Amino acid sequence: MDILNAMAALTNFVLVPAVAYGSQLALGALGVTLIYGILRFSNFAHGDTMAFGTMITILVTWWLQSVGVGLGPLPTALLALPVGIVVTALLLLGTDRIVYRFYRRQKAAPVILVIVSMGVMFIMNGLVRIIIGPGDQRFSDGARFILSVREFKAMTGLREGIAIKTTQGITVVTAVVVVLILFWFLSRTRTGKSMRAFSDNEDLALLSGINPERVVMYTWIIVGVLATVAGVLYGLDKSFKPFTYFQLLLPIFAAAIVGGLGSPLGAIAGGFVIAFSEVTVTYAFKKVANYLLPGNLEVDALLQLLSTDYKFAVSFAILIIVLLFRPTGLFKGKSV
Amino acid sequence: MKKLMLATAATALMSGAAFAASHAQDVKIGIILGFTGPIESLTPSMAAGAELAMKEVTDSAMLLGGSKVVPVRGDSTCIDSGAATAVAERQVTADGIKGIMGADCSGVTGAILANVAVPNGIVMISPSATSPGLSTAEDNGLFFRTAPSDARQGQVMSDILMEQGIKSVALTYTNNDYGKGLADSFQAAYEAAGGKITISAAHEDGKADYSAEVASLASAGGDRLVVAGYVDQGGSGIVRAALDTGAFDTFHFPDGMVSAKLEENFGTEINGSTGQNPGTDSPGVAKFAKLVGGAFDATSPFTPESYDAAALIMLAMQAAGSSDPAEYKTKVMDVANAPGEEIYPGELAKALKILKDGGDVDYVGASAVELIGPGESAGNYRELVIKDGKITTVKYR
Repeated sequence: MDILNAMAALTNFVLVPAVAYGSQLALGALGVTLIYGILRFSNFAHGDTMAFGTMITILVTWWLQSVGVGLGPLPTALLALPVGIVVTALLLLGTDRIVYRFYRRQKAAPVILVIVSMGVMFIMNGLVRIIIGPGDQRFSDGARFILSVREFKAMTGLREGIAIKTTQGITVVTAVVVVLILFWFLSRTRTGKSMRAFSDNEDLALLSGINPERVVMYTWIIVGVLATVAGVLYGLDKSFKPFTYFQLLLPIFAAAIVGGLGSPLGAIAGGFVIAFSEVTVTYAFKKVANYLLPGNLEVDALLQLLSTDYKFAVSFAILIIVLLFRPTGLFKGKSV
Repeated sequence: MKKLMLATAATALMSGAAFAASHAQDVKIGIILGFTGPIESLTPSMAAGAELAMKEVTDSAMLLGGSKVVPVRGDSTCIDSGAATAVAERQVTADGIKGIMGADCSGVTGAILANVAVPNGIVMISPSATSPGLSTAEDNGLFFRTAPSDARQGQVMSDILMEQGIKSVALTYTNNDYGKGLADSFQAAYEAAGGKITISAAHEDGKADYSAEVASLASAGGDRLVVAGYVDQGGSGIVRAALDTGAFDTFHFPDGMVSAKLEENFGTEINGSTGQNPGTDSPGVAKFAKLVGGAFDATSPFTPESYDAAALIMLAMQAAGSSDPAEYKTKVMDVANAPGEEIYPGELAKALKILKDGGDVDYVGASAVELIGPGESAGNYRELVIKDGKITTVKYR
């Protein structure tokens, strides 16, 4: 019984939040990694692209709610998501047309593109704040829990409960679906193959007749989808605030680099590595230990490796360790 | 260019002289509160409270021979000391304010005091800065507060929990002067009374995700979670995550968390939680509520204190017969404390008249003001409990 209690506590406080957070990071890191692989620069505007997509989705959600359209137990935002994706993709294509294409034609060095993307970041940042304001916005509706602590305790009779929020469930399911579609697209379709070819060797791809502008266009569209989905899932699960999306950039980049920049599989692995390490390293294991240890060995200390203040430091420590010993990341991406 | 500057200087001199000549000049008082930031849901009614007192004095036409009092609002942001200092500096140099009703959060209040008020010799009366650190800050007798120091709040908090038989709590605080000061004073008082704090963990404001923080708090355990944070910021995030994971179902809320927003965010989910915020059952509260009518929420935290802070500045000016901070700063304690005629909200005209005639007043105001030690409120608190999703008053202590 005590072992079950320990497992329940660990699931509730570590496993469930980390899996949900990891899925959100993975989706964000996939976007970053695709741009790095195909367009060959680190896109610092990614966090704010997520914020923009989420903002559009929120505005449509509010409109849907006001006319009384909903999805029952599921959040209305899922219905608004396609609109958010389309508008975000259009914004990205517009940005590419106005800003990035100019530098691409000039064959600008990646570091210049990185700085350019920072400029784009600040503009998107301002755009989102002007339209929806800098404050917290809540837009989730529908049922809050798939499984609440009270139900779980009544069901199992354990002292520890497990709660699974609807948003956490949706996050994981959506992430899996999106990732499966993405991998199918990259490995099976003509466009996907030409994107990979372009990523592997630009000159060879050009010689074999691949239209670079088409590849770039598809990349931005896919990035728009990934960013909006990741942003909306994060916002549904936690809350939407432009500043937190900007801050998300750090763990997302950490995830992409740990996994190996340019490697989609690496981005996913990196997302979960970062999420799990952030939650586990700062978790106080006192409760779990006391369930597992025999009564006379009960511990009074917190058994916490690091205070939660150091959450972000953990992702950076991992980043540095990976870069020191495997500069190309866990999954053999491009070296940074 | 030189001529132009000379001309400008001459004009400035002349207009200055003209001002001094007119007998009843406008007195500008700064209201520096965090209209944006972590306590933005509290500040509108605080500012309205202060402006109400100023309007009352202006309407009475009794202050310094009929001076008009003009409020000048400024945004302290509550957290950004640089921005708050700039606002205060501008109000002093450009607007020419004679006193500051503010600031609100302890960190920015300390910054304005050290960087603007002391160098320029401006009196500051804060309605809500509660950090114990401000009691010993160097202020040249310019700083007062109608809010008590958190050293007192920590004691009251400990008493409330002990009386309910709660002997072990987890504690989380917002990582700034206010949160740390309150957490430390509470920990000292609670442990002295025999209570046990299982964990004392800081949380950063403005994060979207508090699951790691709540996981640690839950693991440490305790009968109740004490959240010394802000309701518009991380405080609510912590409570939300704790409720969702079933880590804690009752909480204890110090003043930064007590607001209508708390009811709105959580409602019946936090039934049975307790808390306290500065408040009193002196007749001043009812009088203040009546005076306000329905214009704004008279019971919102720190709103009575704001009215009192503004009133004290103006009464001290009248007592000194001057709006010069250097002269009226010594009078603040005199008008706030006995002896003298007791003054309640809505009676500012009477107080001004007594002072004008050379009498003495004991300003009680809306929050039972009694300034002690280095010019801070002795501290009256309202003990509250969340019942059926509403904040209800248990008693005053």
